[in-house]
Amino acid sequence: MGFAALAILALSAGCGRSGEPASSGGPAEIRRLTEDEYRHSIADIFGADIKIIGRIEPDVRVAGLLAVGASNTTITRAGAETYDVLARDIAAQFLDKAQQEKSVPCLPAAADRPDDVCAGKFFAKIGRLILRRPMDQATLDSFVKAAADRTRITGNFYSGLEGSLAGLLVEPEFLFRVENVEPDPTHPGQRRLDGFSKASRLSFLLWDTTPDNALLTAAQTGVLDTQAGLERQVDRMLASPRLEAGVRAFFADMLEFDSFDGLEKSKDIYPRFSRTIAEDAREQTLRTITDHLIDRRGDYRDLFTTRRTFMTRALGKIYRVPVASAQGWEPFAFPDGDFRAGLLSQISFTALHAHPARSSPTLRGRAIREILLCQRVPDPPANVNFSVVEDNKNPNYKTMRERLTAHRTNPTCAGCHKIMDPIGLGLERFDGLGQYRAEENGAPIDTSGELDGIAFKDAVGLGKALHDDPAAVSCLVNDVYRYASGHTPLPGEKPWMGWLEQGFAADGYSLPELLRRISLSAAFYRVSDGAGPGASTQANGPAPDPSLAKEGRS
Amino acid sequence: MSTELRRRTVLRGMLNGSAIAVALPFLDCFLNDNGTALAASGAPLPVRFGTWFWGCGMTPQRWIPKATGRDFTVTDMPELACVEPIRGRINILSGFDVKLDGATNRPHVTGNMGLVTGSTPLDPDKHDVHSLDVLIADAIGTNTRFRSLELAATGNPKDSYSRRGANNINPAEGSPAALYTRLFGAEFQNPNAADFKPDPLVMSRLSVLSAVKESRQGLMNRLGARDRARMDEYFSSIRQLEQQLQLQLEKPAPLEACVVQQKPAERETGYEVFQVIENHKILAQLLATALACNQTRVFNMVFSDALSNLHHGGREYQQAETHHNMTHLEIVDPKLGYQVRAAWYFERSMEAWVTFVETLDAIREGDGTLLDHSLVFAHSDSSLARTHSLIGVPMMTAGTAGGRVRNGLHVSGGGDPVTRVGLTMQQVMGLPVDRWGTKSMEASKPVGEILV
Repeated sequence: MGFAALAILALSAGCGRSGEPASSGGPAEIRRLTEDEYRHSIADIFGADIKIIGRIEPDVRVAGLLAVGASNTTITRAGAETYDVLARDIAAQFLDKAQQEKSVPCLPAAADRPDDVCAGKFFAKIGRLILRRPMDQATLDSFVKAAADRTRITGNFYSGLEGSLAGLLVEPEFLFRVENVEPDPTHPGQRRLDGFSKASRLSFLLWDTTPDNALLTAAQTGVLDTQAGLERQVDRMLASPRLEAGVRAFFADMLEFDSFDGLEKSKDIYPRFSRTIAEDAREQTLRTITDHLIDRRGDYRDLFTTRRTFMTRALGKIYRVPVASAQGWEPFAFPDGDFRAGLLSQISFTALHAHPARSSPTLRGRAIREILLCQRVPDPPANVNFSVVEDNKNPNYKTMRERLTAHRTNPTCAGCHKIMDPIGLGLERFDGLGQYRAEENGAPIDTSGELDGIAFKDAVGLGKALHDDPAAVSCLVNDVYRYASGHTPLPGEKPWMGWLEQGFAADGYSLPELLRRISLSAAFYRVSDGAGPGASTQANGPAPDPSLAKEGRS
Repeated sequence: MSTELRRRTVLRGMLNGSAIAVALPFLDCFLNDNGTALAASGAPLPVRFGTWFWGCGMTPQRWIPKATGRDFTVTDMPELACVEPIRGRINILSGFDVKLDGATNRPHVTGNMGLVTGSTPLDPDKHDVHSLDVLIADAIGTNTRFRSLELAATGNPKDSYSRRGANNINPAEGSPAALYTRLFGAEFQNPNAADFKPDPLVMSRLSVLSAVKESRQGLMNRLGARDRARMDEYFSSIRQLEQQLQLQLEKPAPLEACVVQQKPAERETGYEVFQVIENHKILAQLLATALACNQTRVFNMVFSDALSNLHHGGREYQQAETHHNMTHLEIVDPKLGYQVRAAWYFERSMEAWVTFVETLDAIREGDGTLLDHSLVFAHSDSSLARTHSLIGVPMMTAGTAGGRVRNGLHVSGGGDPVTRVGLTMQQVMGLPVDRWGTKSMEASKPVGEILV
C-alpha cells in the first residue's frame, strides 16, 4: 500500500458511523461454498451457458442456517469425487474446440506444444477469479507445469490447460471461502479481514456469488480498505439488479427452502400437489419478498401482512383464484378482507410445515417460533404417546383443535405445545397443502389464538401479531448477520448488534439499508482476538500487491 | 516382486518412452502408502463389511424370537417370519440396549447415533465421533477404488448415518443410474477385460492433484485446530481421489464373480414405500456387483430413514400417513395389542432385508457366495418406535465374514449395551480394539456366541 492510501486510511480512522458501539468482531471463517454459491460462481467465472450436471454434496444446517453450517462442515470422500467430476466437465466445456480461443487471452506459439507464457497468462487471469485473489507464483507455476505435462501426452495445448483448470476447481481456496486476517492499521493492536476476504464477504452476502473483477481490483489496490472506497463498492452492489440473487439466497436459507427438495404430499389426499406446485410455491414467496423489500423498498414487517404477491395458473388452482396468463407469472393481490395475507398464508409456509397427509398446527407453530422469532422449542419427550388423542375417528374430537387440546391436558406435553399450537391453530383453515377449508369432519374450524399475549382471530390476525412482535425484527437482524458472517454472534458483538437493530428501525425496517449498514461497518470485518485463521502467522503478512504474481498466500 | 517395482514398470510402460518430467511431489504421492496390490493373484478373497438400516424399529412381541441359540423359530413371529428362507444365513440380536447416560433421548436420533458411534450424544448436533463403518473403512477400505459406498433407497442424499464427526456426514447415493455411472462409467477397470491399457491422462490428473495438495502446508499454518481438522478431512478426500487414479494404472486381478449388468434406467425416487422397495432392489444389485468387482469393501445401505417417512397411497386417511406418524397416531389395537398399520411397514422392512441378503448370496464367489465373504450388520434406531424405546434395539448380522462368524443364531443381550455388537463387528473385521464405547456404553466383551 502506498503513502497516499495510508493517508486516506488515517483520515478515515475513527470515523465510525454515528453512535456505532465497539465490537469485538468475530472469528475469521473457512466456509464451504454452498451449492448455490458454487453454481453462481461457476456461471460468473465461465459463463451462464456452462452446464453443471450432477448433485453437489448436500449443505449442512447448523443453528438454523446453512450459512453457519458451511463454517462447520468439510468435504467428504464422496463429495470430493463429485467436485472432481464437475470440475473436469466444466473445464472441458470452457475449453472445447468452439470456445477455446475465446476463453484463453492469448494464442499459443504452437497448438500442439506447451506454451508456458500463454498458459501463465490464462491461469493468472482465470485463477484470480476462481480463487478470489491473485494466485501466488508457486501455485501458478505448478499449474502451468502440470498443463505442460499433459500437453506433452496429448499433443494439444488446450487439453493441457483443461487438465490444470480442472485442478484449480478442486483447490481448497475455491471450494472453501478461506478468510485471511491482517493487522488493522487504523486500530493498532486489532485485526481485520484482508481486502480479498472483505470482497468475498460482500459479494456472497449481496450477490450470492464470487467477487467480480471491479471488486477484486478494489481489494487488490487497497481501495476497499478505505471507507470511501468501501462505500463506492457497496453502493454499486446494492444498486445492481444482482442484489435480488443475494436477497433470495438469504431468505431461501432462513426459510429452509431447501426442504422443498424432499417435500412430498399424499397423492390421494392432495391430488393437486406436484413438483410444479412445489417449485412455484417456493418461487412465489421469493418473488413476494424481493418485490416488497427491494423494488418497493418495503418494511420487512409488512411481509407478514402484505396482500400483494404473484401467481401462476398452477398456483391459482390451489388458491382458487383466476389467473389470466396461461404461462409464467403475473402480479396478484388478495382483496381486503380476504382470509389470506402475508407469508404465513402462502403455500410455501403451509405446505412445508405440515405432514404429507394433513395439516399440523404444531409444526407450523414451531416454524414460527424457530424460524421467524429465533426461539428454540424443546424436542418432545421420547416416551410421548399421541395415539389416544390424535384419533380422528373419535367422535368426541372432530377437529385438530379438539384433539390437540386433549393432548395438551397431559402435563408433560403441555409445556411445549402451549407455545406452538395456539399460534399454529391460526392457520388451521389451510390444509396440509394450503388449500382453504372452513370445516373439518363437519365441524367449523376455529382459528382464534394468541401470540405471546396478543390475541388474534385468524391467519390475517396472526400475521398482524407477528408484524408487531419485536422478536421478529431482532430475529431477522440476527439471521442476516449470522448469514453474512457465518457464525453466531460472540458476546462482544452484542452491543453492536443492538445498534444494528436500532438502525434497522430508524431506516424503516428496510433490508437494503440493513445490508448497507452491516457492509459499511468496520465491525463486520473486525476479527476477534485469537479467533480463526491467521491468528499467528498473518500478523506480518504483505499488503495487497497489484502485481498478479506476488500475492502471498501465507 | 514388490508393489513399488511393479508400479515403476507400469509407469515406464505407459510413458512409453516419451520424456515427461514428473515433479517430485507427484512421484511421492504415486508411490507412497498403497502397499497392497489389488487382489493380487493367489490372495484370499476380501471380506467386506456393510450396514443395512431401517427406521422405526419393530413391535417387540412380534419380532423377538422366543428361544435363543440355534433352536429359535421365526415363523411364529409375524414381523420376522419372512426371514425364514435366510434363517441359517443370519443372526438375530435382541436385548441389547442403547444407554442414555443422562442424555435426552432425541427421538430417532440419539439412539441411532449412540449405536453407530458407541457413545450417546449429549448434543447430537455436536457429536464429534466417527461411526463404526468409518472406523472399519479406514482400516480395510484404503486399497479399493471407493473407501465406502453410501446408498439410500429413498433417494435422499441426506439419509445417511455414516459420519466422520459432527457435521461431516457421508452423503448417500440414491439414484441407480447415477450410482451405475459412478461405479461402472468410463473410469471403471473391468478386471476381466482381455487387455489392459492404462490411460496416460490418468498420470496428468495425478500431477494436477499433487499441485492442488501443494497449498496444504501454507493453508494449515494459518488455521486453528478446529479448521485444521476440517481441512485435513478435505485433503484426505483429495488423497482418495489420487488413490482411485493410482488403481487405474494397475491391471486388476481377474474376478470371476464380477459381471457388470446393463445400466439401469433413470427413475424417480421418493418415500412412497413401493418405490423405495423397488429402488432398494436395484441399488442392492448394483452394490453386489460393485463388491464382486472389488470396487469397495465397505458399504452402508439405508432402506428407510430413521424418522421413517415411508408412506403409500390409499384413500383412507390413516394410510396416507407416513410410517413414522403411524407409529404415534395409530391406536394400539385393543384385541391384537399392537399398531396394525405401523406393523405393516415393519414387515415390508424385513422383506427388504431378505431381498438384500439374498442378493449378496446369489453371487457365486470362490467356493461360496459373496455373502460368505461379507459381514452385514443390520439395525434400526429404536425398538418400539411408538415410545422411542432404546431397550432391545433390533439388530441382525448376515454372512460369515470368510468363516469368522457363525450364522443361524439368536442371541439375547440381556440388557447389555449395543456396543458389544459394534465391538464384535470391529474385531471380526480385524481391527485391533479390545474395548469400544464410552461411559456405561463402554464394552469390552464381544458377542462370543457368534464368533467361530
